Amino acid sequence: MTAPARATTAHTTLTERLRTRIEHTVPQGQALPDRQPAYVRSWVYVFGVLTLSAFLVVLVSGAILAVGGLTWWHTSSVGHFVNSLHLWSVEIFFATMVIHLWGKFWMAAWRGGRGLTWVTGVLLFLASIGTAFTGYLSQTNFDSEWISTQAKDGLNAVGIGAFFNVLNPGQMLLWHVVLLPFVVGLITVWHVVLVRRHGVVPPIDAVAPGETVPGDAPDLSTASQEEARP
Amino acid sequence: MQLATVVMDAGGRFIDWGVLHVSVGNLIVVLVMLVVFALVLVLPFPGEREEQPRGGSR
Ligand code: HEM
Repeated sequence: MTAPARATTAHTTLTERLRTRIEHTVPQGQALPDRQPAYVRSWVYVFGVLTLSAFLVVLVSGAILAVGGLTWWHTSSVGHFVNSLHLWSVEIFFATMVIHLWGKFWMAAWRGGRGLTWVTGVLLFLASIGTAFTGYLSQTNFDSEWISTQAKDGLNAVGIGAFFNVLNPGQMLLWHVVLLPFVVGLITVWHVVLVRRHGVVPPIDAVAPGETVPGDAPDLSTASQEEARP
Repeated sequence: MQLATVVMDAGGRFIDWGVLHVSVGNLIVVLVMLVVFALVLVLPFPGEREEQPRGGSR
C-alpha cells in the first residue's frame, strides 16, 4: 500500500490483518483488469473463461433440477429439457476444461511460480470427474443402477465403501448437489485468484511486461536469447 | 482404420480397435475436441488493433 498505510503496519487487530490480507491477494488493479499483454490475444486464453461460463450454466440448470425433484425429468418435458441443458453444459464444461488443460500443458503454463495454479487445475479436474460420476449415479434410471453395482466392487476393494456407498442414492445425490459442487466452486475461486495474482503466463521465450527474463525463469541457459527480445 | 469394427447392440454403438474400446458418441466428442484445439491454435483472434503491446494496468 501507499505511504499513509505504512504508519499502521503493526497490524494489531484481526480486522487490520484481514484487510491487509484481502488487499494483497492480487496486485492492485489486477482483480478485474481491462487490459492484457498483447500475447493474450489468442483463442487459447479464452478456454479458462469458457470453462467457467459452462460451470455457471451447470450450476443454474442443476439448481432448477433440484427444485423439480429427483424424478422430475422422467415425467415432465420441461424437466427433460432442463436435464438436457444440464447434461450438455457438463459436456461443454469438460470439453473446454480439457482443451484448456491441453493449452496450458503445451505452453508449460506452470512456469514463473505458477505451479500452484497448475496443481489447483489438477484438483479441479479430479473433483469435476467425481462430481460427474455421482451425477451418473443420480439419474434414477437403469443406467445409474447398473453403474452403482459395477462401482461398488471397486470402491469396496479399496476400502471406502463403508462411508462412500454408491448403492445409497440419497448419499450420492447429496455428494453430487452439495459437497462436490462446493469443492469445485471453492477450488475454482482459488485457481482464478492465483491466475490474477501471477498474471497470465507469457508464451515460451516471450518477456512479460515488467519482466526481464523470459517466463520469469532464472534459467541461465536462455540468457543469451534475451538481447533479441523487445 | 480397416481393423476397426462397429458393433451394434442395444447398449449403443462401439468401436473396437485393438485395446481401444470406445462408444461412437464418445469418439465423436474426442474428435471434435481435437478439431477445436487445432482451430484454436490457427484461427486469428478477432479485433486486431495496432496498439502498444503493453498491458496498461500491469
Ligand atoms: C473448473 C475448471 C477450470 C476453470 C474454471 C479454469 C479457469 C481458468 C481461467 C479463467 C484461467 C485464466 C487464463 C486462461 O483462461 O487461459 C486459468 C488459467 C490456468 N489454468 Fe485453469 N481452469 C480450470 C481447470 C484447469 C485444469 C484442469 C488445469 C490443468 C491441470 C488448469 C491449469 C491452468 C493453469 C496452469 C493456468 C495459468 C495459466 C496462465 O497463467 O496463463 N486449469 N484457468
